[in-house]
Amino acid sequence: MAATLFEKLWREHLVESSGDGEDLIYIDRIFLHERTGSIALSSLQADGRKVFCPEHVFCVMDHIVDTYPDRTDNTTMPSGRDFIVATREGARQAGLTLFDLDDPRQGIVHVVSPEQGIVQPGLTLVCPDSHTCTQGALGALAWGIGSSEAEHALVTKTLRVKRPRTMRVRFEGQLAPGVSAKDMILHLIGRYGAAGAAGYAVEFAGSAVDGLGIEGRMTLCNMAVEFSAFTGLVAPDEKTIEYLRGRPFAPGGEHWARAEAYWRTLVSDPDAVFDRELLVDCSTLEPQVTWGTSPQHSVAITESVPSPRDDAGRPELERALAYIGLAEGARLEGTAIDCAFIGSCTNARITDLRLAAEILRGRKVAAGVRAICVPGSMRVKAQAEVEGLDKVFTDAGFEWRASGCSMCFYAGGEHFGERQRVISTTNRNFESRQGPQTRTHLASPATVAASAIAGAIADPRKHLQRSIT
Amino acid sequence: MEKFERHRGVAAPILRPNVDTDAIIPSREMKRVSKLGLGEGLFAGWRYREIGGRAVNPDFVLNQPAYANTSILLSGPNFGCGSSREHAVWALKEFGIRAVIAPGFGAIFANNCIRNGLLPLVLAEQDIAAVAAWVAQAPQDHQLLIDLPGQDVEADGVRYSFEIEAGAKRMLVEGLDAIALTQTHWPLIERFHAGRKEKYPWVY
Ligand code: SF4
Repeated sequence: MAATLFEKLWREHLVESSGDGEDLIYIDRIFLHERTGSIALSSLQADGRKVFCPEHVFCVMDHIVDTYPDRTDNTTMPSGRDFIVATREGARQAGLTLFDLDDPRQGIVHVVSPEQGIVQPGLTLVCPDSHTCTQGALGALAWGIGSSEAEHALVTKTLRVKRPRTMRVRFEGQLAPGVSAKDMILHLIGRYGAAGAAGYAVEFAGSAVDGLGIEGRMTLCNMAVEFSAFTGLVAPDEKTIEYLRGRPFAPGGEHWARAEAYWRTLVSDPDAVFDRELLVDCSTLEPQVTWGTSPQHSVAITESVPSPRDDAGRPELERALAYIGLAEGARLEGTAIDCAFIGSCTNARITDLRLAAEILRGRKVAAGVRAICVPGSMRVKAQAEVEGLDKVFTDAGFEWRASGCSMCFYAGGEHFGERQRVISTTNRNFESRQGPQTRTHLASPATVAASAIAGAIADPRKHLQRSIT
Repeated sequence: MEKFERHRGVAAPILRPNVDTDAIIPSREMKRVSKLGLGEGLFAGWRYREIGGRAVNPDFVLNQPAYANTSILLSGPNFGCGSSREHAVWALKEFGIRAVIAPGFGAIFANNCIRNGLLPLVLAEQDIAAVAAWVAQAPQDHQLLIDLPGQDVEADGVRYSFEIEAGAKRMLVEGLDAIALTQTHWPLIERFHAGRKEKYPWVY
């Protein structure tokens, strides 16, 4: 019978169907980070339970580590050290692979996992972190869980999961220069709402997705959770296979050919039926930016803050606008910013940094704007330095940091400051997400770079058209 | 795990969509490697006057005497969206919340609830609005009665029935430990594990 990619992955991992709504699903890989993994490991220990297959469990320090060059276990976040030490100790005792603070492979979990070839097509991978869906970009079934679920997966190598329905979103057409995966996903969420994919596993397909590189696909899948999806998925293709070739944890030797042959079967059958299908035309897509406090508050950069569709939407709109400090009908382009942030598991991979650097090269960040770039991993950082991108960033006036989640979220340490307006390549513009009362506008790396130069929310297309021709 | 069968309690409205887990417990309130001590940080950004402070904001519903001893929340669509932090559930529980009633939940949050004996209860938005209006007349007297085995909520003499997955319901009603339950399937899991090793040797 014709099956979708999701159905194939599910079927391959189905240990038992209980019949009561929850399936027992086999888990191939588990990733932990110091913020939530520490709790899972310590409560596991307290209960006297053991990790089954520690060789399939990986740990990284990313969430609350500092991103200053000379960082140590001590963090600007009060008590951050406790999380770091507990994770290190827990990982050691359980025999897990740890990418520690001083490891050249350290970085944000969802950047490190693909970069190291840990996530692969056809695998299930879970992590107590909602953006685990990022890793679906390689054709794996990857999703975020809570700490109790992480304990369950560590001990039993399975999870009880309610099977989601299937959705396919087809992005068709060619993206204009200066428009990227971030704009695609912001537009999708803006149009269908932050709960638009609740209960669904979403496969992203269509010519615009085929045209994206693997890193762009990760950006797309990263924000599947902002669309309330169980996860996002892209079927593996030649690009996926080339991306994985030679990665440290990717299959090697005689295994490679077998793996590759299997990966090629991981596509939705042509006549497979999805529970829901959406179609997005990308040929006219403009750079997107958010105006409010939910990712669904996104519009094209040439548009203004919209009016609510009906009276019921008014309280939400007023609340969001009071927080963000904008008026109904205000133009987004030209709105003055205080800070620009390039970082996070959404948009801090090498292709993101290259794109931003293309705009920043030979230019300066506007006076009074604080601009920060935090590479997604230490390997991304090293690669950028080989290419001289760090110079482009620092010459323009950006801070150039070591890797981590940094100010993607506020954990009690460093933050942007009250009522500071930040244009950010991250994924959440929730109230106080980037700092107490901080006002976040989500956008692509190109838009953030263009805005940093302008000192105000700015359209990146002018710059890119020029530099491409 | 604490069982959930029937519960009567005061309900408080936070009737807005997309109440995310950053709002339920801001990351800055997750100070220790522990599931305990989080109740104080519940809704900290709304509940207190200042970030990190403890001076209460009298406008916030849970600070109002009329809503003392709240154990049920009424909210809008997509409650618990965002970060996977289970701390949101631990904070709600420690504060004394036993059930959240909303038109829909963030999936990870709903799972976390079930693993911790907290009921994520789905009702239609207009029913929640009607219940909230009735509750608001006299929150201490107009308590809700939730019957999980019977799958209904009683308010103002009306019984609203709700759907819940059989597995999740059983977990809550019997207060089951999911890990222990799964371990009863151990031979099956081991066989599956061995089978996958054979089929996909490069993974293992
Ligand atoms: S970069 Fe931000 S969104 Fe990504 S894992 Fe870190 S905190 Fe979460």
